[in-house]
Amino acid sequence: MVNRLKKFFSGTYLGLMLVFLYAPILILIVYSFNQSKTLGNWTGFTFDWYVQLFRTPEITDALVVTLSVAAISSIVATVLGTLAAIGLHAMKRRDRLLLENISQLPMVNPDLVTGISLMLLFLFVGLRDGYTRLLIAHITFNLPYVIFSVLPKLRQSSDMLYEAALDLGCTPMQAIQKVVIPDIMPGIVSGLIMAFTLSLDDFVISFFAGNGVDNLSMYIYATARRGVNPALSTIIFVPVVTLLLIVNLKSIREERNAELQSKKVGLKR
Amino acid sequence: MKLWKTIICIALALALSLSLVACGGESSKVTLNVLNWGDYIDPELLRQFEDETGISVKYTTMTSNEEMLVKLASKDNIYDVCFPSDYLIEKLVADDLLYAINKENIPNLKNIDPRFMDLSFDPGNTYSVPYMWGTVGILYNTTMVSDPVDSWNILWDEKYAGQILMYDSMRDTIGITLKKLGMDINTRSEADVLAAQEALIAQKPLVRAYLTDDIKMELINGSAAMGVVYSGDAVYCISENPDLAYAVPQEGSNVWFDNIIIPKSSQHTAEAEQFINFLCDAQVAAQNSDYIGFSTPNAEALKLMDPSYAEDPTYNPPQDVLDRCQIFQDLGDFVKVFSDAWTKVKAA
Amino acid sequence: MKQTKSIKEKLAKGMRIRRSVFAYPYVLWMAVFILAPMLLILYYAFTNDGGITVENIVQAASWDNLKVLIDSVRFALYTTILCLLLGYPVAYLLSQMKKTSAALLSVFFIVPMWMNFLLRTYAWKVLLSAFTKILYTESAVLLGMVYNFLPFMILPIYTTLIKLDKSYIEAAADLGANPAKTFLKVVFPLSMPGIISGVTMVFIPSTTTFAISQLLGGGKTMLYGDLIYMKFITEQSWSTGSALSIILLAFVLISMTFMKKAERTTSDEGGGRLW
Repeated sequence: MVNRLKKFFSGTYLGLMLVFLYAPILILIVYSFNQSKTLGNWTGFTFDWYVQLFRTPEITDALVVTLSVAAISSIVATVLGTLAAIGLHAMKRRDRLLLENISQLPMVNPDLVTGISLMLLFLFVGLRDGYTRLLIAHITFNLPYVIFSVLPKLRQSSDMLYEAALDLGCTPMQAIQKVVIPDIMPGIVSGLIMAFTLSLDDFVISFFAGNGVDNLSMYIYATARRGVNPALSTIIFVPVVTLLLIVNLKSIREERNAELQSKKVGLKR
Repeated sequence: MKLWKTIICIALALALSLSLVACGGESSKVTLNVLNWGDYIDPELLRQFEDETGISVKYTTMTSNEEMLVKLASKDNIYDVCFPSDYLIEKLVADDLLYAINKENIPNLKNIDPRFMDLSFDPGNTYSVPYMWGTVGILYNTTMVSDPVDSWNILWDEKYAGQILMYDSMRDTIGITLKKLGMDINTRSEADVLAAQEALIAQKPLVRAYLTDDIKMELINGSAAMGVVYSGDAVYCISENPDLAYAVPQEGSNVWFDNIIIPKSSQHTAEAEQFINFLCDAQVAAQNSDYIGFSTPNAEALKLMDPSYAEDPTYNPPQDVLDRCQIFQDLGDFVKVFSDAWTKVKAA
Repeated sequence: MKQTKSIKEKLAKGMRIRRSVFAYPYVLWMAVFILAPMLLILYYAFTNDGGITVENIVQAASWDNLKVLIDSVRFALYTTILCLLLGYPVAYLLSQMKKTSAALLSVFFIVPMWMNFLLRTYAWKVLLSAFTKILYTESAVLLGMVYNFLPFMILPIYTTLIKLDKSYIEAAADLGANPAKTFLKVVFPLSMPGIISGVTMVFIPSTTTFAISQLLGGGKTMLYGDLIYMKFITEQSWSTGSALSIILLAFVLISMTFMKKAERTTSDEGGGRLW
């Protein structure tokens, strides 16, 4: 009884939070079929926004840039940042604190300052390619999020695992790969997801640090002056949610099958 | 020692791969890098230009004149064509960042209304060609405002407390306040700016919000009674909600011009001139203005457009309205006085 | 016997030092892309026409500007507290669920952020003006900030909670602690690393956001991000803009140092009581 009540309350709470998070998304999806350019002013049903979306190469170009930069930068930042966190964790306290503080800089600095200072650096180095500049900038501001989501996992896990692996004849690289990384996987995954999320949304750093390459956020921010295309919001979102739902259902089914299997095994015994 | 070797190796690998990426991807086709305001050109026209000339256009967007300045002033500027406003051109000319356009390459310049040539920010149009223009005024909902809208003072009327929208832009808002007080929109007197600051602080309790693009949404939805907008946006809002009307107050206002320029550092000035000439073609300019909704300075284009445009006083204001409007000038270092005043208004 | 042990110890110690090598690629990246740009900002903040000066800092530290900083920090604090209060239960409940469904459900909490920020915020405007009266008030700004930062609080706490050793909780129960006491004395202290990470990832960036306050707050307050934008871009005064960011940096680094001290004492305390 108590358990059922508990389950009811926890379900309700999670449900309410999801409603809070998804309410604006639903509004956008609805208005992407609205004739008017203005959100909140329903004038009639249309597919025009989607047609326009794929007819404007600027938008599809920006979409390709956004997704590829988000994917590459979040993966590179995750690899670099995870290794960094493992290294930092093994450092002496003083070194670690210093490096942790420096790592916070891209988070502390307003986007504008990060963007302009990177722009100055690229000018100094003579790096002109807009796409490369965009990638470097995104990796840089993604790194602290990866590091700070992996570090707490390392603090939780025991150093003895790594030592034991070494004692059993692993090389440090093997020990990291086979023992440490699986242990901190949830932190790595959440770092990757956060990095990807941040990269999708950035426009200020991208404008200044980039050079003649627009991403979707820059495009949307600039077109807000004349009214944004609401269909833009659904094109990333809908495929992702569909994919997630499929994966989700599949794994729940697998989990249930596994459970049944283990029950059967238990019975046989 | 070994650690340092590793670091150096990685650094070299990094530098090498970066330089490879930076050098790759050169093609024989000329690409024009264009920097413009968002949604400020009909994308079909870009395709048409590419088809006609074989030049490809790489179109990127920005959100303010000053952001553009940061880009153009940078030594590694890559842009070939940009669309800055009047006061920024003054600054760009002063900083020697613009290329003097060869007018022989732009025969379509004859289409531009002589009223909009040879303006104060670029005498003789040495560096710039007008692209779009308009005024700043009050857009109001006729079902919610019964008083005549002919003065900026209505934005200070307590009757409309909580229904007034101001433009969230330092130059525009301090500018119209200076006009309301009967002062010069380009004043260099600290006392004038201080007076405007006081007036804006006094007005703040009446203001629903300081917005930019969202003013349109609020007025179309009827969430507010009046707001400060650009004439081009007013044209769009009135087409969405016929209850709305636009007025340029008697005290005068700001008239603005967005222009096409070529940065001095451009490597493709001939192609850039070709692009400018294309945009000045009457048919092209008409289609473009129809798409954007902002007023074209191209007299021949206006003749090709639906007559309703020429007759619309919002789109094509009569000369007496223009006579009482001023063009913004570059403020130079005096901009600090403006921005200090604006900070005080916003933090009040 | 003694000899072999010390060799082993030495070896282990050697391996421990070697582990910090994994941070070196990052340290290099950091030196080039974080520290070098930062030096440029420091250069602008402390020079004027080529000469070294503190004048920019003194000017930037005016009372008007500090008031703006205080306002921004206040908003950031409220946002962090609300995110923690709302996000912790989500993370906790997720951590109690079956592993695979929890992992996927946790992704569902961040996916809304894959819609463009500006569009999300516009959608809130539509919702708030249709159903509430709070549009263009401080509450609307807070709502927008909590909405946008919540996932960055949930994820790190969730990842630490799933790792929590269930035997501690059982042990606490066996020793007679009621669920509330178990939570306060065992679960909460043990999730501290995740909380610290979450707070870092919410508090620090939220001190400098400004787009939300412009869109949902109706631009009626000026936040520190606005101020820096104005100095850098509108005034094109890079020295004042840099000085303002240095002040912010100093403030954030000092407050984070205090938080780390607090973290050390609480986690020591938690650990001490466990055993």
